[in-house]
Amino acid sequence: MTIRSHADLKNLREDGISLLRPERPRICVGMATCGLVAGAGAVFEAIREAGKTYGMDIVLVSTGCIGCCQQEPVVDVYMPGLGRVLYARMTSEDGQKLITALSVSEFPGEHALAVIPEAGSVAPKGMGILSRLPLISELPFYAKQHKIILRNSGLINPESIGEYAAVGGYQGLSRALWGLSPREVIDEITRSGLRGLGGGGFPTGKKWEVCSRAAGTARYIICNADEGNPGAYMDRTILESDPYAVIEGMTIGGYAIGASQGYVYVRNEYPLAIKRIRHAIEQSEALGLLGEDILGSGFSFSIDVVRGAGAFVCGEETALIASMEGGLGEPRARPPYPAIKGLWGQPTIINNVKTLASVSAIVAQGADWYAGIGTDGNAETVVFSLVGKIANTGLVEAPLGLTLNEMIHEIGGGGLDGRRVKAVQTGGPAGGCIPADLFHLPIDYSSLSQAASIMRSGGMVVMDEETCMVDVARYFLSFTIEESCGKCTPCREGARHMVEILTRIIEGKAGPGDLAMLEEVALWVKGASLCGLGQTAPNPVLSTLRYFRDEYDAHVNEKRCPSGVCRALIRLAIVPERCTGCGLCLRECPVGAVSGEKKQPHSIDAALCTRCRTCYEICPEGAVEIVR
Amino acid sequence: MPLIAQPSHPPAGAVLARLHEIHAAKGYLPEADLRATANDLAIPLSQLYSAAAFYSAFSFQPRGSHTVQGCLGTACYIRGGDRLLEKIGTSLGVKPGETTPDGLFTIETVHCFGSCSMSPVIRVDEETYGRLRVDRVARILKKFTEGTLGEHSIEEQEK
Repeated sequence: MTIRSHADLKNLREDGISLLRPERPRICVGMATCGLVAGAGAVFEAIREAGKTYGMDIVLVSTGCIGCCQQEPVVDVYMPGLGRVLYARMTSEDGQKLITALSVSEFPGEHALAVIPEAGSVAPKGMGILSRLPLISELPFYAKQHKIILRNSGLINPESIGEYAAVGGYQGLSRALWGLSPREVIDEITRSGLRGLGGGGFPTGKKWEVCSRAAGTARYIICNADEGNPGAYMDRTILESDPYAVIEGMTIGGYAIGASQGYVYVRNEYPLAIKRIRHAIEQSEALGLLGEDILGSGFSFSIDVVRGAGAFVCGEETALIASMEGGLGEPRARPPYPAIKGLWGQPTIINNVKTLASVSAIVAQGADWYAGIGTDGNAETVVFSLVGKIANTGLVEAPLGLTLNEMIHEIGGGGLDGRRVKAVQTGGPAGGCIPADLFHLPIDYSSLSQAASIMRSGGMVVMDEETCMVDVARYFLSFTIEESCGKCTPCREGARHMVEILTRIIEGKAGPGDLAMLEEVALWVKGASLCGLGQTAPNPVLSTLRYFRDEYDAHVNEKRCPSGVCRALIRLAIVPERCTGCGLCLRECPVGAVSGEKKQPHSIDAALCTRCRTCYEICPEGAVEIVR
Repeated sequence: MPLIAQPSHPPAGAVLARLHEIHAAKGYLPEADLRATANDLAIPLSQLYSAAAFYSAFSFQPRGSHTVQGCLGTACYIRGGDRLLEKIGTSLGVKPGETTPDGLFTIETVHCFGSCSMSPVIRVDEETYGRLRVDRVARILKKFTEGTLGEHSIEEQEK
C-alpha cells in the first residue's frame, strides 16, 4: 500500500485506531531501555505466558517510555468499556496476577498507580478500584507537565506506523505537502517561536530560512541524536518511543529547505534507539511516506541512519558533520555555519530530536497553537531528565517557567531516601551547579545563565548532602580531558591543569594559592577555547567555586571533606553497638579490611581500608560511619 | 562552478558504518581488514586509521568474549558508579581498558548510557543492569563465567 490521498491516510489511521482500541484487553508494557533495565522483559513474558494459560484473548504490546522511570516496569492496561489503568513497579508475579484478575474482567488493585482517562469508559474514572485511583494528570509527577514532544511516548507501539497515524501522525506532513509552499512551512515554524531544543536555543525557522536561501548543489537535513551529555536521555527515549514523529518532522524540514536526503546521527550507546528508528524508516518507505513522490506531492526524500562511535564532541554540529564525512570528529570554527556550508560543503540543517518531534506537532496544529503555550518570549516546552539523588527519577516535559523548587520538590518528590537536596546540576559538563537556596528561580534560559549554569540538554542531576561539590567539579573536568579532541591548547592543556589542581584539593595536598590559580585557569580556558566544549568546560568549576566556596575552603584549609566523599580526607568506622556481625561488609569489602567473628561487632583496619564506602552503603543496620 | 573537479568521496556515514561492521564481525579492527576497507572506499589508509583511532568504540586489539562496561555518567557517578567499576576491577583482576588473561572479559568505562534513571548501571555485552549496588556485581559476572545468560531483572535483587 502506498499513501497518496486523504482516503489512504484515513485508512491508515483507522487501522491504527483498531490496534489502539481493540475489542479485547490491550496490555502495554513499557519497553524502552529504562523499562528493560528494570525488568520489563520478564514482565512481558510472564503476561504472555499467563495469557496463554488462561486462554485469554489479549493484545500484548511493547511500548516506549511514559516518563515516570522511577515506577518502571510500567504496564498500561486497557479494558474495552471498563477503562484504562497504569500499573507501576511490576514483577513477573504481578504480571500473572494481572491476567488472573483480567480473566474475570477486573482491574487488580495492587500496583495500580493511576487511571488514564478514556473516552467511552463507564465513568470518568470508572468503577471499582478505578474510582479510588487518581487520574494520571493528578499525580504530582504529571500535574504540571505539558506534553508536546513526548505526546505519544509510552502510549503507542513505536513499531506501528498505523498507531502513530491514529494519534495524529502525518497531519503535519500532509498539510505541508498538500497545502503549503516550502516558504509557508518556514513561515509557520518561524511564527510558532520554536527554538532549537538541543540546547542552542537558536530560532528554528530562522535557521531553515538561511539554509533555504543558501547557494548549493544539494541540501541536507540532519537529526542530531548524538546525545552525549551525561544525565540526559530524552533523545534516546523519543527515538525508542515515538520515532515516526521525528521522521515526520525531518521530512517536513526537508521539504521546507529543499533537501532530498536526511540523516539521523545516533549515539553508539543507544542500540535500541538505532533499531527502532531504522524500523520506522523501513515502514515509512514501505508506505511511500519516505522515498519518491511522497504523498503524491512530487517531493522525494530519504533518510539514512549513521551510528556514532563513542565521541562526545560529535554532538557539536561541525564535529558531527566531520564524523559523517569519514574524518576525525573534530569541530571547526564557525562561521560559516552549517546552514550555509555543512555536509560536503553544502547547506545543511542540523536539528535536535526534540526540535524535529515538535515540528511535526506544530505543522499539524498551527503556529498560533504553539506560540500560545509558554510564558512571555518562551513558546516551547522543554524536556528535562530528573536524575541523581532524587526520589522520582524520570522525564518531565513542561513549558519554561516552572521553578526549580516545583521541579525538584513537587515533581521530583525531593531527595532520595528523604535526604536534603543540596544542589542541582544542569546542562551537563557545560553547565553549572545551582544551590538549593536559588531553587525559587524559574527554569528558563536567562535565569539559569544568571545562576552561572545553562539549560542545554535539559539534564538535571540532583545532588544531596552526601555529594561533594569539589569531587563533582573534578569529575566533570576529567570528563572533558577524555572527550577533548585535543585540537586547541586551552581546552587540551587547561582542563588537564584544572584536574591537577582539583586532585590536589581532594587529596588534601592543596596550598593557599591553588584556588586562585584554579579560577584563573578556568577563565582562560573559557575565553580562549575553539569550540563550545572547551568554552564551557570550566563552568562546573566556576559555579561550584561561586556557590560552594565553603566546601573548597574546608578541603584546602581544614583538610576536611564535609560531604564525606573524598577518600584521603575521611575514615570509616563501625559503631560496635549497632553492628550485628552479619558479615555482609566482611564479604563485600574489596580489600579485606573488615574483620570480626560471626554475630560479633566487626571492625575496619584503617591501614588496609581504601575508603570506598562499600560497607557504608550496604550495611543493613547503618552501623558504618564516615568520620569526616 | 569549481574549475577543478571535486574529488569523489564515500557516502556520508560510510566510514563509520564499515568500521562498525568489521568490529562487530571480528571483535576488533585487524590491520588487514582496515587495509582492504581503505582500498574499497578509495580513501587513504591513514584517514581510515586516524578515524578508527579517534573513536572510543573501536579497538585495535582483540577483546574479551564479554565486554563489561561501567557507566560513569553524572547520575551513575554520584550514585556510586565508580565503586561498581572498582568492584568489577577487583573481581576480575584487571583495570578498565584491559582484558582478563583468560580472554573472557574486557572492562571499559562509558560516559553515560542514557539510562540515568536506573543509575548506577553497568552493561555486559548487550544487557544493561541498573539500580545496582556493589554487592550485586559478583552475581552478575558469575552468570557470564558460567555461560548462563541471565535476565536483567531487579526482581531477584529485591528478593
